[in-house]
Amino acid sequence: MIRVVLPSHLRALAQVRGDVELEVEGPVTQRAVLDALEARYPMLRGTIRDHVTQERRAFLRFFACAEDLSHAPPDAPLPDAVASGAEPLLIIGAIAGG
Amino acid sequence: MSGVRVLVGTRKGAFVLTSDGKRERWDVSGPHFAGWEIYHVKGSPADPNRLFASQTSGWFGQIIQRSDDGGKTWTQPGTPPGERTTPEGMPKGESNKFVYDTSSETGKPLTTHQWYDGTQHPWEFKRVWHLEPSLGDPDTVYAGVEDAALFRSKDGGKSWQELSGLRGHGTGPKWQPGAGGMCLHTIVLDPGNPQRMFIAISAAGAFRTDDGGKTWRPINQGLRSQYIPDPTAEIGHCVHRIAMHRSRPGVLFMQKHWDVMRSDNAGDLWQEVSGNLPTDFGFVIDVHAHEPETVYVVPIKSDGEHFVPDGKLRVYRSRSGGNEWEALTKGLPQKDCYVNVLRDAMAVDSLDKCGIYFGTTGGQVYASADAGDNWAPIVRDLPAVLSVEVQTLP
Repeated sequence: MIRVVLPSHLRALAQVRGDVELEVEGPVTQRAVLDALEARYPMLRGTIRDHVTQERRAFLRFFACAEDLSHAPPDAPLPDAVASGAEPLLIIGAIAGG
Repeated sequence: MSGVRVLVGTRKGAFVLTSDGKRERWDVSGPHFAGWEIYHVKGSPADPNRLFASQTSGWFGQIIQRSDDGGKTWTQPGTPPGERTTPEGMPKGESNKFVYDTSSETGKPLTTHQWYDGTQHPWEFKRVWHLEPSLGDPDTVYAGVEDAALFRSKDGGKSWQELSGLRGHGTGPKWQPGAGGMCLHTIVLDPGNPQRMFIAISAAGAFRTDDGGKTWRPINQGLRSQYIPDPTAEIGHCVHRIAMHRSRPGVLFMQKHWDVMRSDNAGDLWQEVSGNLPTDFGFVIDVHAHEPETVYVVPIKSDGEHFVPDGKLRVYRSRSGGNEWEALTKGLPQKDCYVNVLRDAMAVDSLDKCGIYFGTTGGQVYASADAGDNWAPIVRDLPAVLSVEVQTLP
């Protein structure tokens, strides 16, 4: 079970509280986790990755296990602790504006 | 007894203000979509309980919301109550997808427009500025977006298709962003001719279609803009707003960056009607519901100082279709006021007497129940107001 922590605005949009738990088949990568997230919560399509290019939106970052994974290749394996569910994948909104 | 519903979009959420026909006591609901920028909320003339809202964020992108009960509850189109589109009952997410048409079928797929520095820049979708529901079909709604383009949904906002003839008509590569971005912010539908509509883009100008959006042409003759290399160019003008009275769809009023303009031939030719205004810079313009020659503007000091002149919030009214303007001040602050009124933030109801409404960047929404003679705030302390629309209810 993969755990994902969403920014509060996206939790409200997806109507969830707390961490999101997802089943991911195959290798646990950024792309696989986000695909699973959007399949379960389709209203999040376009809010984390662009609808067309599937690139990460500019003001969002991905962190896990105290590492910045924002610029890691989307098909690279996530840390073992994320794949095992011990640690969550954090989706963070940049601190900018008011 | 009839009543009104005022739909307010702000920097941090949407608010719905309701009153009876007297327009003295108000109920305030909101914030809806708290924390998000709500660029525009507008109701369908064909079904007043159907509202569309543009919810947007620099972080998370564009969300389209729809209410079918007058703003009490909202859903992303595609998930009507009781209809489950996923095992969890979630919407499909297609209602938020605005993809520019690059198909060869248009004949002229566009890829770039002019950037601030004069170089060409790719078209990039940022947000929906304005939602204009069809006058006759509650499932049809138009969206004006940044970077400038016009989209249409024919399924109640579930999916969107670009009317690409606008970007493709030929002048698109010369369009450039204004200070607020390159936005299509004004959509005016002709009540007498379903094939005709008008749109405006900052900073490209005004455009008209006479065939339901397939083909377009610039309608900027008579505009004069000193801030562009050729002040009378076919395109490049920073039009801020266009208003029409439904009984005379050939007569248009325009608040340009500078200058208040009027056209008596559906935009073929414009003439300046700024007259005795203290400044002819501004954003909003609107027309009295029952008097087609009565027009309202809110003069703003300048393009460098986006606030009302002399610390006084004054609405100006012309009863002669322009040129001769009177200041309306009763109930409005006349000292130490430095707010702006943005382009989508004025509306009129169709009660008798006509009600006028506007919102400020200071978070006030003012209403006049007597065509502007007297004003009172409905609310004083909302987030900065981006848009104001009003529905007259039976």
